[in-house]
Amino acid sequence: MAQFFSMGGYAAFVWPAYGAAAIVMLGILVETVRSLRARERELSALDQKSGAAR
Amino acid sequence: MHRFANPARFLRMSTAIFPWIAALTAICIGAGLYLALFASPPDYQQGESVRIMYVHVPAAWMALFVYTLIAVASGIALVWKHPLAHVAAKAASPIGACFTFIALVSGSLWGKPMWGTWWVWDARLTSVLILFFLYLGHMALMNAFEDSSRGERAAAILALVGFVNVPIIKFSVDWWNTLHQPASVMRLGGPTIDPAMLRPLLLMAVGFTAFFFTVLILRMRAELIARKIRIARMARVHGEPEWTRAAPGGAA
Amino acid sequence: MSRFALIVAHELKLAFRQGGGASLALGFFVLAGALFPLGIGPEPGILSRIAAGVVFVTALLATMLSLERLFQGDFEDGSLDLLALSPLPLEAVVLAKCLANWLLAGLPLLFAAPLLALILHLRSDGLITLFAAMLLATPTLSLVGAIGAALTVGARRGGVLLSLLVLPLFIPVLIFAVAAVDAATQDLSARSALLALGGFLAAALPLAPWAAAGALRQALE
Repeated sequence: MAQFFSMGGYAAFVWPAYGAAAIVMLGILVETVRSLRARERELSALDQKSGAAR
Repeated sequence: MHRFANPARFLRMSTAIFPWIAALTAICIGAGLYLALFASPPDYQQGESVRIMYVHVPAAWMALFVYTLIAVASGIALVWKHPLAHVAAKAASPIGACFTFIALVSGSLWGKPMWGTWWVWDARLTSVLILFFLYLGHMALMNAFEDSSRGERAAAILALVGFVNVPIIKFSVDWWNTLHQPASVMRLGGPTIDPAMLRPLLLMAVGFTAFFFTVLILRMRAELIARKIRIARMARVHGEPEWTRAAPGGAA
Repeated sequence: MSRFALIVAHELKLAFRQGGGASLALGFFVLAGALFPLGIGPEPGILSRIAAGVVFVTALLATMLSLERLFQGDFEDGSLDLLALSPLPLEAVVLAKCLANWLLAGLPLLFAAPLLALILHLRSDGLITLFAAMLLATPTLSLVGAIGAALTVGARRGGVLLSLLVLPLFIPVLIFAVAAVDAATQDLSARSALLALGGFLAAALPLAPWAAAGALRQALE
């Protein structure tokens, strides 16, 4: 186990590399989903308003 | 390709394949991570630090692949005026920038223990840095104009002009003496890398590609909805009858 | 006079009347170049090692400054629409404007560069190569920069955006120009680097006006 975490002494390099990749990829996924949901909400709000106005 | 030109059709098709592509992403990256971190051997020279390769190389491949996609989409947009091409380019750019960033950071973290330096200004690293700036410029140009279609067209031209950088990146390790190691997978004689290392590498590459298409579909949907919102707003301002509902896909 | 020459002459007349144009780029070049010894310290050993780089980076930045107004004025007052409709192809119009830009900004930089290099203690056997490299690089910078200027005409924050777009495209020119001068100061052959610069110029001459004209047409749509 300890061998795994220390990555043969390279832990300070291997884990930040994987960590940076994970953070960036999850980051853009989260931002994309959030923005998609927000726009879907906005569109349905606009549709409802104009639906009510008719 | 004209079958895909209708945005409503694209939305229906993308909804259908989305669960599959998302599942493929999870499976491939999951399996790839398992192989990369647990079930593959350390390198006889580089020890455990070689595991950075399983993040660095797929990210670098994606950086080039996405830019090529954007350049193709830009060409299609400018020449054939396919309505979804600009949407695809706009959606893909930030994802490509992310992969380029990951390639640069992971490469730097790999270079420090292996070469003794965080960075070196050789042909490969410099041209990937230029690629990163090209992505940023592409994104900035998209959003730089009041009229968004002007931004899309300008960004498309930039994407095509900057494409000359891609072959330079690919062949830089062959043309110049660089610190970066030469190609060991995508080369004419076939890969020279050990199969036990090739498997996690290819799994991560497929996983990253599936991830790209997953996020791309989401971003393209968001962009198409943004257009509908713009149209709906303008129609209300002008007091025109609401027709975004009636016409599937609006006037995208 | 041919229509091409007319455009060049018009640009030159405008620049001299408004007085800004060339002296801006040249002034920046000299001032910014002078900042380096002030910031880094006057030790000739250090300065001579970075002299070539400082000269070319400053020339690059000065050229970029001169490009901001390349199409902006004509776009704003509608002359660009007229130029697009004229019998002269838009690509030729772009080439004429690039030539005028080079005459107004690049040429003064070309002659100021050896002087700046001297006060930065560049080894004298590099000066001729410096001049040759500048001679090949400055027109390329005007041409490639015109693409960026055409893409950003009418944009918000156009000046900053122009830098972001154009600097990555300038980098290969910078790398080979400095390589040429470094080779000369180390008694190696600068030939391959100068040939590369010549190649860039040869490629830029047809391609840059074509790309820039395409960008201008998009802007005028």
